[in-house]
Amino acid sequence: MKLNLKIWRQKNKHSKGKFEIYQVDANEHMSFLEMLDVLNEQLVAEKKEPVAFEHDCREGICGTCGMVINGRPHGLLQGTTTCQLHMRFFKDGDTIVIEPYKAKAFPVVKDLVVDRSSLDKIIQAGGFVSINTGQAQDANNIPIEKEISSKAFDAAACIGCGACVAACPNGAAMLFTSAKISHLGLLPQGAVETDRRVMRMVIQMDKEGFGSCSNIGACEVECPKEIKLTNIARMNRYYYKSAFASDN
Amino acid sequence: MKWIITFFKSSLGRKLIMALTGLFLIVFLMIHLTGNSLLLLNDEGEAFTGFVEFMEENPLIKITAYLLYLGFIIHILQGIVIYFTNRNAKGGTYAVKTTANASFFSKYMFWFGVMIFIFLTLHLINFWLGLKVTGEFGNEELYGKVVTAFHNPVYLVVYELGMIALFMHLRHGFHSAFQTLGWNHKKWTPLIKCLGNLYSIIVPLGFFIIPLYIYFFK
Ligand code: SF4
Ligand code: FES
Repeated sequence: MKLNLKIWRQKNKHSKGKFEIYQVDANEHMSFLEMLDVLNEQLVAEKKEPVAFEHDCREGICGTCGMVINGRPHGLLQGTTTCQLHMRFFKDGDTIVIEPYKAKAFPVVKDLVVDRSSLDKIIQAGGFVSINTGQAQDANNIPIEKEISSKAFDAAACIGCGACVAACPNGAAMLFTSAKISHLGLLPQGAVETDRRVMRMVIQMDKEGFGSCSNIGACEVECPKEIKLTNIARMNRYYYKSAFASDN
Repeated sequence: MKWIITFFKSSLGRKLIMALTGLFLIVFLMIHLTGNSLLLLNDEGEAFTGFVEFMEENPLIKITAYLLYLGFIIHILQGIVIYFTNRNAKGGTYAVKTTANASFFSKYMFWFGVMIFIFLTLHLINFWLGLKVTGEFGNEELYGKVVTAFHNPVYLVVYELGMIALFMHLRHGFHSAFQTLGWNHKKWTPLIKCLGNLYSIIVPLGFFIIPLYIYFFK
């Protein structure tokens, strides 16, 4: 299949950047990233600068491969990362527009690569359990209702890819932050620190320059791990409780 | 005390204020509509004037009125602050715009708010200013004022556009307020959304019909 690619090229954080058009010959069994590999081999052979994009696991679990494909983070497919998106979802002769994530807190490093360390800073502010909670068998010794452990697990599925921020018209990181707060706060090992955690993480989130949620829900639609808005509501509850009812 | 400032300056604190003031204004709209619906009666405004007088004289309602002004002001100012912070946080739009992931009502919430604000200014100048501030006319004259105003086609159109904007603003605003309060629940959220859809249609529609009725039949 022959494709036209319109790709955002930007040398570094400070340069202006513009779209360039490329032709590539791919087949439908390739993943989206493999298709970009083909393009890059082509560019190297032509002695041109290859397109920079981030990737690591290529199996949908590391969260590095986010980019905006035809206006949608990780492309059109629901619950799928870019690396798991296959070319069979495109047609021969298609023009595909590929852009980096856009958010104030995600500056472009190069081409399609953005700096997502602002998400790491939110985690560093409180997205952890401070004590040693032991080994797997210790965890298994604590009975937890299935309903609750499932909710925690669903929230823990967040891979920190930042697609929620990229999709949000407000540049908010609330889906990400709330997923982390929920996944720790729902389980007994993490629950004890909830008050402090939510306060610190929310304040850090604001400090990093993320926007605030107006419940549009674009994040939920674009999230490759299908994290739900219920997590944001939970974060709000935790936050109000922490602000008004805790000693912090 | 520092915690209070920290709270209300934080993104979630600001959201809470938006939700609470929004819900307060939602309650107010129902009372306002109740009063307006008296305009539909064929009694030369007797019931309407009675309602106005009751609202004017009841001390509890007088206090609530001040809270209401405050609610409006906070909701508007906070909305503006949030809009600009968020626009700054977004840092640009994509070359390809998609409509696949967000509803029209939620995305343009702010702009419907701006439309309502423009309408509200006109609305206040027309009725509230003369009645409450300059004393240009008294309670008994309000009915006549309203009827004449709605016979002015320009005012009528502006009013109706304002009500359309109100519908669009509430369509997202109603259920959104509950989500912000943290009330997202498997059993309740569908009910809240359903209520919100009903409210956002019925209340603006009520306000929409009354001026038309006056224009054509009074
Ligand atoms: S919530 Fe979803 S979209 Fe956001 S970072 Fe986590 S996995 Fe990615
Ligand atoms: S490369 Fe790891 S999630 Fe796509």
